[in-house]
Amino acid sequence: MNSVILVAGARLQAVLLLVFSAYMMLRGHNAPGGGFIGGLIAATAFVVYAIACGTEDARKALRFDPGSIAGAGLGIALIAGIMAAFWGDALFTGQWLFIGATEDSKGIPLSTVLVFDIGVYLVVLGAILSITFALEDAV
Amino acid sequence: MSWYLTLPLIIPFMAAIIAYLLRSSPLGAWVSIIGSGLGLIASVVLMAVVLDAGVVAGQMGNWPAPFGITLVADLLSAVMVLITAITGFAVAIYALGDINERQAKLGYHALFQILLAGVTGAFLTGDLFNLYVWFEVMLIASFGLLILNGGKEQIDGGVKYVALNLISTILFLTGIGLLYGMTGTLNFADLALKVDEVENQGLLTVVAMMFMVAFGVKAAVFPLFFWLPAAYHTPSFSVSAVFAGLLTKVGVYALIRMFTMVFDHDIGFTHTVLLWVACFTMVIGVLGAAAQSDFRKILSFHIISQIGYMILGLALMTPLALVGAVFYLVHHIIVKANLFLIAGIAKRLTGGTEVYQIGGLYKSAPFLAVLFLIPAFSLAGFPPLSGFWAKYIIVKATLDLEMWFVAFIALAVGLMTIYSMTKIWAEAFWKPHPDGIEPELKTLPNKAAQIIPVAGLAILTIIIGLNPEPFVIFAERTTEQLLDPTAYITAVLGDPS
Repeated sequence: MNSVILVAGARLQAVLLLVFSAYMMLRGHNAPGGGFIGGLIAATAFVVYAIACGTEDARKALRFDPGSIAGAGLGIALIAGIMAAFWGDALFTGQWLFIGATEDSKGIPLSTVLVFDIGVYLVVLGAILSITFALEDAV
Repeated sequence: MSWYLTLPLIIPFMAAIIAYLLRSSPLGAWVSIIGSGLGLIASVVLMAVVLDAGVVAGQMGNWPAPFGITLVADLLSAVMVLITAITGFAVAIYALGDINERQAKLGYHALFQILLAGVTGAFLTGDLFNLYVWFEVMLIASFGLLILNGGKEQIDGGVKYVALNLISTILFLTGIGLLYGMTGTLNFADLALKVDEVENQGLLTVVAMMFMVAFGVKAAVFPLFFWLPAAYHTPSFSVSAVFAGLLTKVGVYALIRMFTMVFDHDIGFTHTVLLWVACFTMVIGVLGAAAQSDFRKILSFHIISQIGYMILGLALMTPLALVGAVFYLVHHIIVKANLFLIAGIAKRLTGGTEVYQIGGLYKSAPFLAVLFLIPAFSLAGFPPLSGFWAKYIIVKATLDLEMWFVAFIALAVGLMTIYSMTKIWAEAFWKPHPDGIEPELKTLPNKAAQIIPVAGLAILTIIIGLNPEPFVIFAERTTEQLLDPTAYITAVLGDPS
């Protein structure tokens, strides 16, 4: 499709969607959201971009092959699960790190759960995009 | 930390990820081989631990059973994991000579490893819902593998395969929902305790039948088998070998697990149904095989008929019959995967799988003929190969129960099996090739990679055949655990007292 308005709009929208997807993923820990939703929203950003500018440009904007992104995401999720073993816990037990924790505040809580969520985010992003790009190519 | 429980799962997933990232390079195949090799070592370790400790269980994420994700390995799980790893390793090597660059680029090796992970997960999981999840992992990977070649035939087989498996999945999920509503748990160990307390035992039987149908589709029993011969002859030979060896057996495993530990409240009804199903499966499968003339289609129908023997062992529900079923399960995976691998070599040598259009293998490739004879005779139940002992135990169990007719069917089906094996032998091996080709093993590309796994599996068949005693003793211990799940329950839920 060759529409200047759509192309200009899609660029703006894609950026906003990507930021929103990151927000959704981080928010997911204690509120609705998470890696799966975040990944879906991020995929939407690239799908919108692909519809406006074509899959070739969208693939370039993504930089990596979507299949490899999904593969890497699965790897990250797996590593997040295995990390629990370094603390001697059962696999996939959440490990927490409280940065700057004081007596009455927990500081910044970081956890392997977040790493797992990033993995899920990438798997969803990669999987959805490999399917939609293939479909767009076929159309 | 129970590393030995989780490594058989983590290794194939890791291998899948690395193989996928390396899919464009020839290294992908080696990642798959190394991964399967490490997986084999991990499952041997698991086997050693289970032999020593009886039953081992681990809770993922540290959430206690019955709420969290439980992995359990008793002897049955451990032996199935081990045999999966052996088959996986053999097929991973075979793939060097079977999988072309295009299939590798599309991610064959990654899908193959994920399939192995799915099968292993189904054997190791300790609750019904995760069994469903592992079934899905298997289904997705196997659908990918089925249609990898992208031909019309593959898509046709793949669609039938997926459609029927989805129906089975829906039934399975519905059953899970109902069972959860009745008992409030899905953990096998917890279920084994709680099903006895269910007030409405009739409803429990209904749910049991839903599971029977769901697993029956997976196991390809009569009358739910028709997806199998429609799909198994279409993909690459490595793919059909793992499918033939492992996928239906996951269904049989699930049936054995559920109908010994959980659904043993109304054996008079459920196991009588299983008995009829088993007899029909044996007979229809072998008759179907007799009517086919494609190498892989004959073998596919044989899978169905052999599944009947395993279900028969479960249906009789005596210790001896279950020993037979377990023995049969192990023997059949090795033999059947091997026969499909041989079909692949035969195809590459003679140019086809339609037995009437090929031939001359006995004269020009006698070594392959020997390698074929071992699993083929074993499948048909010739002494002293592994299939003889498997059939012997099952038939003995029917005779002990004085079920003369069932014993007669089992023996007659064995005879019919020989008939269709003879057809392959006479047509593909004995008679000269109709086009005058004299296919020699020398001409095979990547010869060692194709012959070594076939020979290895054949040697395994002979070892089990010549020295069945330790395997039977092992199967007896497995059966004891199945019939008396106290150790299993204690390992998962802790000591009740």
